[in-house]
Amino acid sequence: MDQELRELYQQVILDHNKSPRNFKVLEHITQEADGYNPLCGDNIHIYLDVENGIIKDVSFQGSGCAISKASASLMTSLLKGKTKDDAEKLFNKFHDLVTGKLGDDPDVDELGKLAVFTGVQEFPVRVKCASLAWHTMLNALHNKQERVTTE
Amino acid sequence: MTIKAQTPVITNPSLYDVEIIRKDFPILQTHVHGKPLVYLDNAATSQKPISVIRKAQEYYSTMNSNIHRGVHALSGVSTEAFETARIKIKKFINALGKNEIIFTRGATESINLVAQTFGRTNLKEGDEVIISEMEHHSNIVPWQMICNEKKAKLKVIPINDTGEIIFKEFEKLLSDKTKIVSVVYCSNSLGTVNPVRKIIKAAHAKGIPVLLDAAQAVNHIPIDVQELDCDFLAFSGHKIYGPTGIGVLYGKVNLLESMPPYQGGGDMISKVTFEKTTYNELPHKFEAGTPNIAGAIGLGEAIDYVSRVGIGNISLHEKELLDYATEAVKNVPGLKIIGTAKEKVSVLSFVLDDVHPHDIGTFLDFEGVAIRTGHHCTQPVMDRFKIPATSRASFAMYNTKEEIDVLVNGLNKIIKVFG
Repeated sequence: MDQELRELYQQVILDHNKSPRNFKVLEHITQEADGYNPLCGDNIHIYLDVENGIIKDVSFQGSGCAISKASASLMTSLLKGKTKDDAEKLFNKFHDLVTGKLGDDPDVDELGKLAVFTGVQEFPVRVKCASLAWHTMLNALHNKQERVTTE
Repeated sequence: MTIKAQTPVITNPSLYDVEIIRKDFPILQTHVHGKPLVYLDNAATSQKPISVIRKAQEYYSTMNSNIHRGVHALSGVSTEAFETARIKIKKFINALGKNEIIFTRGATESINLVAQTFGRTNLKEGDEVIISEMEHHSNIVPWQMICNEKKAKLKVIPINDTGEIIFKEFEKLLSDKTKIVSVVYCSNSLGTVNPVRKIIKAAHAKGIPVLLDAAQAVNHIPIDVQELDCDFLAFSGHKIYGPTGIGVLYGKVNLLESMPPYQGGGDMISKVTFEKTTYNELPHKFEAGTPNIAGAIGLGEAIDYVSRVGIGNISLHEKELLDYATEAVKNVPGLKIIGTAKEKVSVLSFVLDDVHPHDIGTFLDFEGVAIRTGHHCTQPVMDRFKIPATSRASFAMYNTKEEIDVLVNGLNKIIKVFG
């Protein structure tokens, strides 16, 4: 496989695509939102259970490419127990990473598991796939009713 | 300056030499990610032969001038070249007269033109427009817009699991309320060739005009508008090896005469005062403003090229490719073809178990293979088959069986990675 392609489709991403974590509807939902990428037909629904500003639980449903599914899966596993502020900081970090603002050799220690998305910056058309879940999560967090669309 | 492509006139299918044709298309020499380009996204847009590319250059280097107005030499030359292109198109689709050929920006604008002029004049509250479930958004939205405005209804012919129109349902939809039937000749996402002659006959029996969206037909099958007896026909230049930004609306002269102009401006008038304007005669009535002159001339050149190769010969070659590809993908585990109509043009849409089309598109790109992934501007078709998207390989006159092998090998590699 080509190196650039290998970096986009890292084993962790392929694994999350195959067996996505938190791929379900929550029993107790305080907030939720819809996201849609008209370019490729990806759609995602994010469920949140937030109590006293802390994300107690988060899950997702929907269909999409490996990048968007893995991104949603990893995001949900990282957000549990985080405050709203933490979630936003994490989003900013993720966004800087996939849009190339951190360069192609970012500080892996600081990024933690998110580092697997470093390869996305080489594929500008895939940035939308990677960030759909995050934008949708933010809408849910802020109780925005309109559906997220990447266009 | 005379410009000649390599391909000679092909008088017999057995003389069809794809390698000679390929030499006429410079872009086919391109490499993508270090691999030879395998261009299988022809339903989105086709590549251009060198004669078309050079024609645009020739126009701008030796003829460029505005048409239909100057008394100087260049204006005469460009007007003649522009009007010659119109005659080439007239002959190619066998229209009765060149005044039935309207230049537009593409099939989309052609359909919008009919919706905004014929539709606006003839639709009233409670009337109906019939389209099919397999339409491209460009043959849905223009009708939706005018129907909303006029409180008319859009009626949709359903399709079956193979992607064919259910003709009985179409017959049921036809009524006194129907003012126009607007259907696609060949589906861009399924490949289906619709029974347009039957559709036209049934509609005409009730005095209803029919528009054919031939954007995906004109490059694949011979079209004779008089034999078809369609009332309008729309297509784009760029899908038939011509430039982008130029297209055609054919309309029967009596219908075009009865319709009000589409846009106002220069060239579409014969006399203007602040009190009253007299409109120009056909086809100029529908061609306001300076048109895409180089585009029209380029489209004329593309039609010359297609005629030299022979649209019938192209059909045969593409059918061979489609049959070969349909058979070859049977060996790809988990692959399902979407669109299995009995009669198809060379479009192969498919889904792969557990691999999203977008991922397929990215992986194939690294094999040098260009395909389209997504909903192909036919979201109702995706809803009908309960899928978010498909991958689509579409074949043109210059594609080869070896290229289909590259596609199939690429798909097998993807399955290994995702399996």
